[in-house]
Parts: sequence; structure tokens; C-alpha cells
Amino acid sequence: MERPLTQHITFPPLGLRQYEAVGGYQAVRKAVRHMEPKDVTALVKEANMRGRGGAGFSTGMKWSFVPMDVPGPKYLVANADEMEPGTFKDRWLLEGNPHQLIEGMIVSAYAIQATESFVFLRWAYKQAAVEIRKAIAEAYDAGYLGKNILGTDYSLEMHLHTGVGRYMCGEETALLNSLEGKRATPRAKPPFPQVSGLFGRPTIVNNVETLSYIPHIVNHGVAWFQSLSRTADGGTKIYGVSGRVNKPGAWELPMGVTMRELIEEHAGGMQNGYRFRGVLPGGASTDFLVEEHMDVQMDFTGVAAAGSRLGTGTMVVLDDRTCPVGFVHNLEHFFSQESCGFCTPCREGLPWTEKLLWAIEQGKGREEDLALLASHATLLGPGNTFCALAPGAMEPLQSALKYFKEDFEQHIKHKKCPYHD
Amino acid sequence: MLTIAEKEQIEHEIRQVPVKKAACIEALKIVQGHRRWVSDEGIRDVADILEMSPEEVDSVATFYNLIFRQPVGRHIILLCDSISCYVMGLRALHQQLVQLLGIQYGQTTPDGRFTLLPNPCLGTCDHAPALMVDDDLYRDLSADDLEAILAKYT
Repeated sequence: MERPLTQHITFPPLGLRQYEAVGGYQAVRKAVRHMEPKDVTALVKEANMRGRGGAGFSTGMKWSFVPMDVPGPKYLVANADEMEPGTFKDRWLLEGNPHQLIEGMIVSAYAIQATESFVFLRWAYKQAAVEIRKAIAEAYDAGYLGKNILGTDYSLEMHLHTGVGRYMCGEETALLNSLEGKRATPRAKPPFPQVSGLFGRPTIVNNVETLSYIPHIVNHGVAWFQSLSRTADGGTKIYGVSGRVNKPGAWELPMGVTMRELIEEHAGGMQNGYRFRGVLPGGASTDFLVEEHMDVQMDFTGVAAAGSRLGTGTMVVLDDRTCPVGFVHNLEHFFSQESCGFCTPCREGLPWTEKLLWAIEQGKGREEDLALLASHATLLGPGNTFCALAPGAMEPLQSALKYFKEDFEQHIKHKKCPYHD
Repeated sequence: MLTIAEKEQIEHEIRQVPVKKAACIEALKIVQGHRRWVSDEGIRDVADILEMSPEEVDSVATFYNLIFRQPVGRHIILLCDSISCYVMGLRALHQQLVQLLGIQYGQTTPDGRFTLLPNPCLGTCDHAPALMVDDDLYRDLSADDLEAILAKYT
């Protein structure tokens, strides 16, 4: 089975010459010398490459919204802020093969004719910062970055920006505000960043995994990309599993593997003494799936049909010895803390949700709290808030109320957490 | 007052961006890099050089989790308090840290050695639970590992 994204991941990662020796930077050569920018976009669009950051929007489609005839600078940004709890896939790509990301960024920037590019990297990824800084310098020295790349008319600058910690920075418009030196609050859309983004200029923000894939699509084409997948969503995907499984980890697998394969085969099943109860299929902001969903294919359509989202494809397993109320409280604490406070439902609603859950977990919950929590799940849901943070926060909550209702009721009835002394 | 080194580094960042204000976060990082935290005076100095109001700079500084607006210890402990770490034993780790250090989240030990902070997801969920001390990441932890880890930092 082919694993284009991860086959050359090593620690320490390949240097530029080693990366070139395994075919690295061929996609840059091909794109800037032999392809029109619009042809690169068309190729990615035709491949049905869907963004790997969580939302799953068509990458080629996103690029095609960039107005190509406007004079002045355009920007490309790699979203390497990975702060979604339970998600650790991009760290692997950033630390293990930084040149692959940089190559993907150059090709993508060429497609939209960006003149400057940024890697927006979170503070905690210290080793990734070291590797990326080094790889960018090597790419400049080799003529893949800077003025007149490979002797062509195309020029691109690349900068590494390290963040200062805030989950909101992962939201693309908030990320742009942060890059502009401001608070990372989201912007109203439209205008979309593709038209008016960084410093008011056309800007594309793509996830690290998405960008890392671009050189492979350019090198091998649409049919190859689609052949890697088991479903209509092309390519492979980096999946991960954490929690009380025997072998937590991340694996590059065909898009559309089942949850059962991931948990039982790759993650080695549940640890001795622990039973599977549920899973967040794609990070903290996705709805729980449970035992009955074991054979769901983990692609965008399959997980949505089961009532959740593929999200980042990195799963967090809930076992039978972890309190579901405590689990959800932990998630809502995170979202409440990380809310930017910009819109009222999120600013007020998330702390309220968190306090209700804490009270229930502490045995101080009241019967009416469950209806209150359910109403929050609606009031903070899609369409009622400025951005997707609060709706994302409500996904695990609403599904926990559905699948683990008896646990909530037990807490309230017996005035204590049944999982702790 | 900003030192010459701080000033030069901030001026360098200003030259990288189309408007001065856009260097705000970088300027705060520079000041913090030199002094470990950003005081009211630091806010005013950054505001002066970027031609912003101190309130504007402070609004940026207080937004981000890792810009420190009060003094911190010589070493920062970031304990990952996210969901995978929660499942894998965060509680025990937290209790042990609190006991060993004698401080709660957000506090600094009286000798100025450590500041303990919760941190949303360190992105190493397959090796949970985890924490960072300064630039060093520690993974697959149990409460028993903590004493030896802390001993490395004076």
C-alpha cells in the first residue's frame, strides 16, 4: 500500500539533498516550469482533494476563488497551529518531513501566484520550528524560494511565524488577524480570505496535511490520487487514535478505512480491563460515535452519515472507566477557556455549560440541568454564533447527552460521580 | 525602557510588515524573550515604538495564553490538560505536581524556580499524558516520573 505522505518521514528529517534524492522538489520543477497556475488548481480540483484541517472543503475549489487578475501581493499560509485536543497528526508531518510541506507550499503558492507565504506554527511545537526554519533556509539556498525560482519569472518569500497560544488561531480568519499582530478574533465573511485576507489581500490558508499532499498530486495525477482511496474522497489520510488502546498512534491509510480497523487492528484494541464506550472520531469538536458505528467508513461522507464529522481524523476513545460527564466537562472547559469572547452566545454560553457539567460531575446537579444543557446545545449551535468554535463545542455535548444520558442521570440521582470515590 | 537589543529586534520586525502595528505580537515576544514576562512598562514601551496606545497593546498581550503579564519563574511547566491526557491520567499527574511544587495553576514557587500552567493540547495525544518544561517535552508520564524531571531544573 502506498503511503505518499509518510513514506519519507524520519527523525531527524531528510535534509534537502536527501529529500531531492527520493524525488523531492520534482513537483516544484514540474509546476513552475511546465504548468500554468490555473492548470495546477484544475488538477487539485479534479482530484477532489478535500482539506485535511477539519472542514473538508475542496482545496482546488478554494484556490479557484482567488482573483488572479488583481495586481499586488497575494499570500499563502500553512495552518500549522494544531491545537484541537486529540489531534496530533500535523506534528508528525512537521517534524518528520518539513521539506514536503515547503514543497507543497511553493506549488500551492504558484497556483494562486502568491508572492509571500507563512507557516503559522504553534508555540509548543519547538522541534518543528527548528526543522522548518532549517528547511526553509535550505530551500532558499537551493533556489526553490526567493527571487526567480529555478530561473523562472516566479518568486516567492517564505516566513515562519510562531504563535503565542490560542486555539482560535486555527480558524482561518482569526489566524489572519493574529498574523497581522492583532487579537485572534474571527472576521465576518464575506469577504472571504481568498478575496480579502491578510492585510486585505487575496489569501489562501490550508492545513499542513493538505499542503503536504500537493506535490504528490502534481507528480502522479488525478487517477493515482483517487486510486489510493476506498471512497470518492480521494487519497490517503493520516488517522490517529488516542486513549486506553493498546497502541495509540497515527497511521497513513486509505481514505475510508473503518473505525473498527483503526481501533482494533492499528490501535491494537482496548487495553486489558477497559471496554470501548465511544469515540470522538476527529478531535474534540466532533460528535461521539459508539459501538454501533464500528463499521463506518472514515471519510467525510461516511462519518457525516453516522451523525458526526471526520474532522481531523484523529480519534479519542472513551472507555468504560472514564466518566463521560468528566470527559465532556474537560472538553467544555477547553472550549470555554479558548473562546475569544467576541460573540455573546459563545462568551456567556460556554462558561455556563462548563459550570453545569462541573456541578453534575461533583454531584451537585439538578434534574432540570439536562434540559438546560440540551438547550445550550441548540442555542450555541450552527447559525447562532459568529464562528464555528461554539457549534464545535456543542457536538460532543449533544451526542454525550444522547448516548450517555444514564451517566448524567446517575450523577444527579445519587449526588456523586459513580466513577470516582 | 527598551534595551538597545530589544529595540533593534523590534525595529527589524517592523521592517518585515506593511504597517507598524502588525509587529505587535512579535514585539511582545521579543520583550518577553529578554525579561521572561511583559510588565506595564514593557507594554508602554512597545506601544511607543509601534505608535499604538498602551491599551491596544495590552489587549493583544492579554489575549494570548503564552504572553505573561505577571512575573513567572525561571522555568515554565505547561501541563497538558486536554482530553487524551485527561483519559490517560492527568488527574494523578496534576495532584502530584501540586504536591511537589506546593502551588496551584497560575502560581510560581516562592523560590522563583517554577511556574505551573495548564496548557491546551500539546499535540502528542498518542503519548499522553504529557507536559513541557521550557522547551523540553515529556511524554507517556506517570506521577512517579515527576520528581526526577523537576530535579533537572534549578
